[in-house]
Amino acid sequence: MKNWYKCAGTLTVLVLLGLALLYSGPSVGAGSGGKITGTIKLEGAPAHQRPIDMSKDPVCAQQHTGNPVRTETVVVGPNGGLEYGVVYISEGLPAGAANAVSSQPVTFDQKGCVYHPHVIAVDVGQKIEVATHDPTTHNIHPLPSAGSGNIGWNKSQPPGSPPFETTWKAPEVAIPVKCNIHPWMHGYMAVVKGPHAVSDDKGSYTIDNVPPGNYTLTAWQETYGTQTQKVTVASGKSATADFTFKGK
Amino acid sequence: MRAKLARWLFFVVAAAVFALCATSWGQESQGMGMESHIGKLTGHARAGAPLYRRFCIGCHGSLGDGEGENAMWIDPKPRNFTLGIFKCRSTPSGTLPTDEDLFETIARGVLNSNMPQWRPLTDQDRADLIAYVKHFSPRFVSEKPGPPIQVPPEPEVTAERIKAGQATFKRIECWKCHGVEGRGNGPSADTLTDDQNRPIKPFNFHDTDRFKCGASDQDLYKIFMTGLDGTPMPSFMDNLKPDDAWDLVFYLRTLQPMHTKAKDIAQQLGLKPINPYAPAK
Repeated sequence: MKNWYKCAGTLTVLVLLGLALLYSGPSVGAGSGGKITGTIKLEGAPAHQRPIDMSKDPVCAQQHTGNPVRTETVVVGPNGGLEYGVVYISEGLPAGAANAVSSQPVTFDQKGCVYHPHVIAVDVGQKIEVATHDPTTHNIHPLPSAGSGNIGWNKSQPPGSPPFETTWKAPEVAIPVKCNIHPWMHGYMAVVKGPHAVSDDKGSYTIDNVPPGNYTLTAWQETYGTQTQKVTVASGKSATADFTFKGK
Repeated sequence: MRAKLARWLFFVVAAAVFALCATSWGQESQGMGMESHIGKLTGHARAGAPLYRRFCIGCHGSLGDGEGENAMWIDPKPRNFTLGIFKCRSTPSGTLPTDEDLFETIARGVLNSNMPQWRPLTDQDRADLIAYVKHFSPRFVSEKPGPPIQVPPEPEVTAERIKAGQATFKRIECWKCHGVEGRGNGPSADTLTDDQNRPIKPFNFHDTDRFKCGASDQDLYKIFMTGLDGTPMPSFMDNLKPDDAWDLVFYLRTLQPMHTKAKDIAQQLGLKPINPYAPAK
C-alpha cells in the first residue's frame, strides 16, 4: 500500500513537470524571449497603383477630393521598403508558443471607403474588431478558401453602427476581405499561429516574444507571394531576417 | 489440444472480420449514414442517393460540386454542396442552415435560377434528399446549424410603418444595389459578383411577388436579416430591430407588382421613391 502511494506521488510529480514544460511556452516573455527584426524590400519597379474612381458613391469620393486613393496591392516606401507584408514563424515553434492567443483585439477599420489597415495579422482565435467610420453603408465579406477550416460570412455595417467582434478558427494566410457595395475595397486578414508582424511603411517589422530556437520564417505579400528563410533566435537576443521580393 | 487451437483460431478470425466490418461501416456512416430531421420525418442519405441520381445529378453533379453536365449552360450556377454554403437560411450568416431550411428550398425552388420547384416529390423523398445533400459537405459532420432567428408576430401594416420602412431602406442603403425604386439597378449593381467571382444581379422587387427564399412576409424578413450566403447580400441582423425589420418588409411590399394592402396605403400616401442625395431635413 505504501508503495502504491509512493508510485502515485512520483507519477503526479512527473505529470506536473511535464505539463509545466509543455505550457512554459507562452510564459517565455520579456526575460528569455528573443525577437526577430528585419526589412521587406522590393527590387525593381512596383506594380502600378492606379487611382481609385469612387464617383459611384459620392460619400466616398468626397472624402478624397483632389487626392484620390490608390490601390494597395504593392505599397512601397522609401528605399524600396514593402508595406503590408506579413511575417510569421511557419515551422519550429514549440506548441505552447504556437497556441498562445493574444488577448489584444486587432482593429480592422473602414474609413474613407478604404480598409485601415489594408492588411492585419492575428492569432487563431484572436479577436478582430471590425469598425466603421464612414457615413455610408459597407458590407464586410471575408472569403476564406474552401477547406481552410474557416467559414466566410457577410455582414452589413450602415453608418453609425457599433464595431463587432469576430475570430477565425484556422490558420490561413491570408483571407481576402471585400465590400460588394464598394468593389474597390480590398483587404486581408492573415491568420497565423504564434508570434508575427506586419511590415510598416518603411518595410520594417519586429516580431517580439520569440522563444529561443531554430525557425523557418515566412514572409507573405499579396502580389508577390511567399518567401521563407531559416532563422536562429537566441535567448534575449534580436535576430535579423531581411526579405527581398522582385518586381517586374 | 487441436480442438482448442481451432476454436482459438476461429475466435481470432471472427474478431478480425468484425473489426474490419466495424471500421468500414464507421467510414460509411460519416457519409451515407447522414440523416435529416424535419418535424417527425427522418431522412436517410442512403435512400436519397437514387433520388439524387435521378433528379439532381444533371446540374449538381455526381460529386455534389455543382459541376453536373448541364452546369456550363446555367447561370446562376448550381450550388456546390461540398462547401456547405447556402443562400436560404433561417440561421446567421456563416452558419449552416437547418434541415427545414433545405427542405423548404427543395420544395420551393430558387426564383430566377434553373432550380425548379420539387413539390411533386413526397415529403419523405425530400427529407432523404436533404440527408444526401448534407453528406457532401464535411461541415455537416463537424458543425451544427446556427441558432434560427426568431421572427416575431407580424404587426398590422400602417402608413407610419411604411414611411418608417422607406426611411430604413434609405438609411441602411438597400438602394446602393437594389436601386432607389427597388428595380435592382443601384449604383453598385453592375459590379456585383458572387463568392466565385461570377457576376450576379440584385433582386428587382417589381419583377414578381415571390423572392429567392420564399414568398411570405416572414421569408422576406429572414432574407435580409440573415443575408444570402455566397452572394453580395449581407446580413442586417446586427443593425435592425424587429420593428425596423417589419417596417422594411411593409415598404418592400409596396414595390411589388401584385395588389397588397401596403401598396394601397403607399398610393394613398402618394409615396415617392427615395432621393438618397437629398440633404437631411
